Amino acid sequence: MDLKGFDQPGSPAGDGTRSVKVMIAGGFGTGKTTMVRSVSDIKPLTTEETLTEASAGVDHLIGVADKTETTVSLDFGKIGLNDELVLYLFGTPGQERFWFLWNGLFKGALGAVVLVDTRRLASSFRAIEEMERQDVPFVIALNVFPDSPEHPVDEIRDALDISPDIPVVACDARDRSSSRDVLVALIRHLKERSAVVALEPR
Amino acid sequence: MSAPRRPVDPSGLERYYVLTGGRSGPGGSASSLDVATLIVSRAAPVPGMQHEHEEILRRCREPLSVAELGAHLGLPFNILAVLLTDLLEADRVEARDPIPAHDAGRGPDLALLEEVLSGLERL
Repeated sequence: MDLKGFDQPGSPAGDGTRSVKVMIAGGFGTGKTTMVRSVSDIKPLTTEETLTEASAGVDHLIGVADKTETTVSLDFGKIGLNDELVLYLFGTPGQERFWFLWNGLFKGALGAVVLVDTRRLASSFRAIEEMERQDVPFVIALNVFPDSPEHPVDEIRDALDISPDIPVVACDARDRSSSRDVLVALIRHLKERSAVVALEPR
Repeated sequence: MSAPRRPVDPSGLERYYVLTGGRSGPGGSASSLDVATLIVSRAAPVPGMQHEHEEILRRCREPLSVAELGAHLGLPFNILAVLLTDLLEADRVEARDPIPAHDAGRGPDLALLEEVLSGLERL
């Protein structure tokens, strides 16, 4: 048997590598998977969860159990930040109602990027609401499509009804350095929040 | 992308039932497993082990996330979590949860954010 890597069975194997996670949220078709793909070190993968939900409001046949099983997929990628720290990026399922069913999807995340298509602002409303409800710190990334209208950021901020301290940045989700810059904006925002929290009296 | 797909086909369910011995959800030590939790093997596979357990031990010689394991093994999160519980309880793997932005009672972890930031800036 090949025992490479197991020279000391029973003792903690491997190095001290740890992980952090960031969620990429946003409405359907806003470019979540595109962003994961452009910035990931690995070819993006898909992981699944089988969710059981009561099929209220869905036509059902007599005798058929009133629960349905749905498979929800998460596209994800990873970035090696240094020898001992890996960042995992998860694109959230397109339909926000599944976020409730997947327990702890956002738990333990450093924060989230909410992608917005400025041609269809409304498609990301739910994602923003959900971040606020679950108290996940986030930045807004306007994914600029070739035919996106030019809107002043203030106008978009108003339309999205977000607080003034939430950064709004423009990006091209297909571009690696542009997507990287969005992640940098998120981490800077988290640092600023930390500074504010640290200054508040306990 | 993502979103719901077809309901799980019966043959898949049967397979999962066999894999997990009919157990449906993680309990105990695996209930805190996250898609970004890193799994690291602490022991070599032994003969007679369930194939999937063996596969997990082989793939996790280097730390690997639960999400990656699921993708490589073609198993949904909840089924994989059951298999990982077995290995965790037998002390054959170690699970490292993702580092949250701030640990309870410790306040925001600026050092961690700095580390993430400099990693991103090197990309």
